[in-house]
Amino acid sequence: MHELSIALSIVDGVIEELDRQKSGQVEVVHLRVGRMSGVDKDALTFSYGVACEGTALANSRLLIEEIDVAIFCDVCGAERLTRAFPILTCAECGTASGRLVRGEELEIIAMEITA
Amino acid sequence: MVEVRRKVLKENDLLARRLRDRFQSAGTRVISLVSSPGSGKTTLLERLLTDLRQDNRVAALVGDLATENDAARLARSGAAVKQITTGTVCHLDAGMVERALSDWPLEELDYLFIENVGNLVCPSSFDLGEDLRLVLVSTSEGEDKPLKYPTIFNTADVAVITKLDMAEAAGIDMDLLVQNIHGVRPGMPIMKVSARSGRGISELEQFLTSTRADLKAAYVQ
Repeated sequence: MHELSIALSIVDGVIEELDRQKSGQVEVVHLRVGRMSGVDKDALTFSYGVACEGTALANSRLLIEEIDVAIFCDVCGAERLTRAFPILTCAECGTASGRLVRGEELEIIAMEITA
Repeated sequence: MVEVRRKVLKENDLLARRLRDRFQSAGTRVISLVSSPGSGKTTLLERLLTDLRQDNRVAALVGDLATENDAARLARSGAAVKQITTGTVCHLDAGMVERALSDWPLEELDYLFIENVGNLVCPSSFDLGEDLRLVLVSTSEGEDKPLKYPTIFNTADVAVITKLDMAEAAGIDMDLLVQNIHGVRPGMPIMKVSARSGRGISELEQFLTSTRADLKAAYVQ
């Protein structure tokens, strides 16, 4: 359960970004989470509520966009989705590939602020 | 809507990069070990420290939620060992490593081992600045561990199957375990060892002490 550590990092990151915007109340934080990031969506949503208490993010919402795993397939010569999580084989031709190109994301994408 | 585009663990990643730079300029190779509790990290590490100490300057950091038991065990090897007690935190992060190293002269070390908290989930998110991350899975754990915890296998560089001496008693299907590791991480180098009998240990030590170029070559195969 490291989602609380992650939630605290989100709050710190947003506050740092908020300082650049001078002022405002954070309403929504948009987050991108890869399915291979090792972060559980429900645990993170729960932890986020706790981490926000008493900060400028209190009562804000966390919107999580989940990103499917994609690999670079040498046979297809292209980026491909995988056949079945967590096995890294090309959804098109079934070739295995260790070149993960998507699915490890853990990024703050945007925030919605009201003045 | 304000666009941000910022990695959540930016602070940790920055610290890890700073550590990696420090390790590199000090000429210290840093190897971390992750696994579930009871996979044999401490036993393997005690063996590695004892052997590598013959010709190298080695030290270890060991993370646990509580107790200094592992540090005491590792210290029997004669190497310098420091315990990081995380309290309630289920993983090490780069900041903890940096603080633990604040009074250690890295220039005097050839190898630094970092034993993470026994946990197959949480340590995967945190870069510690290491050169090489070993993920251990013991023969008594079941063949589907990689399928249940794919992320940790994807952040590690090498898989080490431990407790080889117990394989028969545990009834493990070794081919299936290897197949599952390569399923979640195609091409991952796999070493098989028994810290108790010594089987596979010299091969692992050779691997760990080989040059960076050799490691890259091994990974491509």
